[in-house]
Amino acid sequence: MAEFIPVANTRSASGVPTGKLALYWLLCSEIVIFGGVLASYLMHRLAHPEFGLQAAHTNVYAGTINTFVLLTSSLMAVLAHSAAEHGDGKKAAKYLWFTIAGALMFLCIKAAEWTSEIQHGYTITSSPFWSFYYTAAGIHASHVIAGALVMLWVIQSAKKNKYLYRVENVGLYWHFVDIVWIFLFPLLYIAK
Amino acid sequence: MSASHAAHHDDHDGHAGHGAAHGPARYIKIWAVLCVLLVISVLGPELEIQVVTLLTAFGIAGVKAYLVMKEFMHLDVEKPIIWYILATGVVFIGMFFAAVSVDVMNHDGARWSNDAAKRAVVAGLAAGDPANHHGAAEHHEAEGAAEAAPAQH
Repeated sequence: MAEFIPVANTRSASGVPTGKLALYWLLCSEIVIFGGVLASYLMHRLAHPEFGLQAAHTNVYAGTINTFVLLTSSLMAVLAHSAAEHGDGKKAAKYLWFTIAGALMFLCIKAAEWTSEIQHGYTITSSPFWSFYYTAAGIHASHVIAGALVMLWVIQSAKKNKYLYRVENVGLYWHFVDIVWIFLFPLLYIAK
Repeated sequence: MSASHAAHHDDHDGHAGHGAAHGPARYIKIWAVLCVLLVISVLGPELEIQVVTLLTAFGIAGVKAYLVMKEFMHLDVEKPIIWYILATGVVFIGMFFAAVSVDVMNHDGARWSNDAAKRAVVAGLAAGDPANHHGAAEHHEAEGAAEAAPAQH
């Protein structure tokens, strides 16, 4: 029996593989989601001087370590893509495992950070700053979880040297998640 | 060659030349640069000079994002349609910001006053000062006091 190949992978009207094109449309919608949150935060940050005082209570060390973790996991994702381009699915799968490890580390640090903040009384209802903080970081964390789950699925075919283009697609998504955090980090942690 | 393979072959042709410029060694070099930029972005604001904070925190965030897009996502060698797709999202955000910011960022207009925003500023400044802060409970107390005060017009 012939193996089923999704229609999305069998044509390319634009010159870009359809799966990759769809991924970029997804990223376009993500730009609107995260851009909306970041733009709203920026407007309020500029109009509310108290945001700076409240931002002083966020944990810069945790934010810095998490930025380092995400940058490193992005490196792992692009190394997986490089391996996939050379037809080495096993190596690509190995690098994707490292990327997932980065995602887990990020989530553990984030969980510890939130636990400490909530214990100190800074909850999502404490003030507009903390509402933005938990909303933006929470939406971002949900994308980290989604990316890690998709990577688990991609690894299953990559290690059999099948559908290696998926490695690039999930990597592109992961780099986008990294870029979002690159902007969230100074907004929520550094600018006091 | 299947249509699928043809599509991906075409795509990789679009990346022609990037194979030599991009590779594991280069990716690791870019990662090292990103880590150095991260350290600068954390240390810069410690000087507590506004211009330095803006440049090191937000300027460097822009540079880091550019490096990830160019070197890791290879957007510099993608077809224009990818740029058009991403630009669509950015344009919508620009429209949103332009339409909403004038309302959100001003607390007073010719015939209106945003009293809730003013109260939030007063309560936040009272509770958010790290010098006398012992927890979020103070914020709620300050908020209650600000609400009890007469609205400013």
